Amino acid sequence: MSPGRVPPVLDVDALLDDRDTRVLVCCGSGGVGKTTTSAALALRAAERGRRTVVLTIDPARRLAQALGLEALSNEPGRVAAVGGNADEPGELHAMMLDMRRTFDEMVYTHAEHGRAESIIDNPFYQTISSSFSGTQEYMAMEKLGQLAATGEWDLIVVDTPPSRSALDFLDAPQRMSNFLDGRMIRLLSAPARAGGRGLRKIVGAGFTLFAKAVSTILGGQLLADASAFVQAFDTMFGGFRERATATYALLRSPGTAFLVIAAPEPDALREAAYFVDRLSADEMPLAGLVLNRTHPVRAQLSATKARDVADGLRGAPLAAAVLRLHADRVDLAEREERLLSRFTSAHPAVAVTKVPVVAGDVSDLDGLREIGTRLAAGDEAPEAARTATERPLRSARAR
Amino acid sequence: MNGHCSQRLIAFRRPGGRKLRNLTDVTSSAWPAALSAARLHVVSGKGGTGKTTVAAALALALASGGRRTLLIEVEGRQGIAQLFDTPPLPYEERKIAVAPGGGEVRALAVDTEAALLEYFELFYRLGMAGRTLRRMGAIEFATTLAPGLRDVLLTGKAKECVNRRGPDGLPVYDAVVLDAPPTGRVVSFLDVTKAMADLAKSGPIHSQAAGVVQVLHSELTAVHLVTLLEDLPVTETLETVDELAATGFPMGAVIVNRVRPQWLPDRSVAAAANGRVDAERIRAGLSTAGLDLPPDVIDGLVAETVDHAVRVHAEATALARLDEGPPLPRLELPQLVDGVDLGSLYELAETLVEQGVSVPTLSGAHS
Repeated sequence: MSPGRVPPVLDVDALLDDRDTRVLVCCGSGGVGKTTTSAALALRAAERGRRTVVLTIDPARRLAQALGLEALSNEPGRVAAVGGNADEPGELHAMMLDMRRTFDEMVYTHAEHGRAESIIDNPFYQTISSSFSGTQEYMAMEKLGQLAATGEWDLIVVDTPPSRSALDFLDAPQRMSNFLDGRMIRLLSAPARAGGRGLRKIVGAGFTLFAKAVSTILGGQLLADASAFVQAFDTMFGGFRERATATYALLRSPGTAFLVIAAPEPDALREAAYFVDRLSADEMPLAGLVLNRTHPVRAQLSATKARDVADGLRGAPLAAAVLRLHADRVDLAEREERLLSRFTSAHPAVAVTKVPVVAGDVSDLDGLREIGTRLAAGDEAPEAARTATERPLRSARAR
Repeated sequence: MNGHCSQRLIAFRRPGGRKLRNLTDVTSSAWPAALSAARLHVVSGKGGTGKTTVAAALALALASGGRRTLLIEVEGRQGIAQLFDTPPLPYEERKIAVAPGGGEVRALAVDTEAALLEYFELFYRLGMAGRTLRRMGAIEFATTLAPGLRDVLLTGKAKECVNRRGPDGLPVYDAVVLDAPPTGRVVSFLDVTKAMADLAKSGPIHSQAAGVVQVLHSELTAVHLVTLLEDLPVTETLETVDELAATGFPMGAVIVNRVRPQWLPDRSVAAAANGRVDAERIRAGLSTAGLDLPPDVIDGLVAETVDHAVRVHAEATALARLDEGPPLPRLELPQLVDGVDLGSLYELAETLVEQGVSVPTLSGAHS
């Protein structure tokens, strides 16, 4: 049924049980189920005895409630229903990233005495800390660094921000760092005094015009605010960069494992492939690919045969319907296999676990446990999936 | 069987072939006259719902019958090129497809940096310095300082294409389809008024932005939202509908994508979704057609039937939530089992045309 290459199976439980796995980063493009996967992995790790914290970015409301995250707290809170007793020593803690507060705290930590307020009150800081496109990624990494530094956790599971590309998570801190180092803004706000005379010479009169154009478009006030911000920020920039560098090093350390999450769709798998290449270029440890929402075939009967028989069936509408839905499922499963085998041909060493689709949304701990079971089953494990098919309706009916 | 499939706007059957049949009357309410009057069709949706595919199918549908449309992408993903199987698009309008009936679709991948340089060039004559500045990251820096600037440039480009007239004095495009950012960002993307607060109170971009605001808030614009019949996409769609209404943007259609056939009769769905499937009846039914299957295959078929029923049930719930929301035109597109290629894009466009999607001819494209 799968004519292409068969990837090695990702052993999720071995990964979660490995005491050397300290950080698990879940990456992938938007809409592939990263948040749910992260939460399910963290819950499974906790129930297998590890003291686990999951850092979520923007969970859907019901999932957040299931994890006891009614509001942004920016500090981990324990999920009371999980473990924490003699039989089950593991614990699950969860938190939701508060990007603004994390940034504020960084400023308070690193700014010179008395300077923090002037940075935080600057209108430009407000723009940067709430809407710069890399801020969320940067702060997620910062928070990861903080959690790791406490030494309190056996395992930290990190969900990454819902960006267009999985690569943004790795690139944003560098972009932000470049931005904050202030060379450009000094050039723009006071080109004459900036130490960039050599640069100015290269760009020549064009630069003066550009600076003028920028200030015409953006307004002098904005540039003045930005300039004041960069000056105030300058004193703490070293601290900032050190943190970013340290966290980046943590990501490259042997205790970290990356999981790439994808759905069996061409776009999601293409993003996953980019990300895998990037991790390998940066020498970052990839544990494997989680292929979410697959539709494995449960009955050995070809689509053609099923449709032929259905066409000829008279007076047995249920049997005909069953044959047609089976034929559709075979088509879909074959397509998913084709897409995966294309990925595997290019990345034969990447271990894969497939997570058969759960209809309806996952909104409670039982739902997360079920996802965890499917994650750990590696490949289609018909028995696990069979019993599983019966539970999802609860969440669908609860509405 | 169509009588049982009352949950759907379109019920699918394909006993004879792959062609989807539109069994319900979905003409005027799916694409009302007001939408035909729109010239700028903004397409958004939650990530993963297929909004780029839908935008491309819409551009093809609107171009059919001898019209000319422009498909714009703004996120630098080269999604259009992948869809139409062409090399990456440069920052210029290019013909990428011939629509059914002789129309034409052109595509434009807007590059923010290039668009900003274009403006600078227009007003300040940067010459060669422009490219150097770009290399230095100066342009990215400027758009980072004022995130709204990026959006103003992109929507400004779309507006310019809508208003552009050819030498014959006729509009160059009958319609412009904008593959916009996903639902989470689309309102702030369109909210040029707010973005202008970031910018200097005078100057070329500011005055241009005022014109953009006018177009975006007029009947010339329609914002379409792509969704799947799943919980989260529907939630985001309904939230975005509210947000768009609150900010005064003209709502277009809700486009339900990847609709899959329902094979079980409605009356069987609830029981099957709860795991109650009559395996013996299936076995006996198959047996009458001479297909005698071993018990484990029957069990597998039962499991698949339960999955199917659970999905159909969840989809019906999602559809009911859409129905409870504000009354909006609604279009449906089928799931393509083989994935989307150029041929199937035409199929999707045809499905849209069958549901009434069209614009009047304004341009001289057909002459």
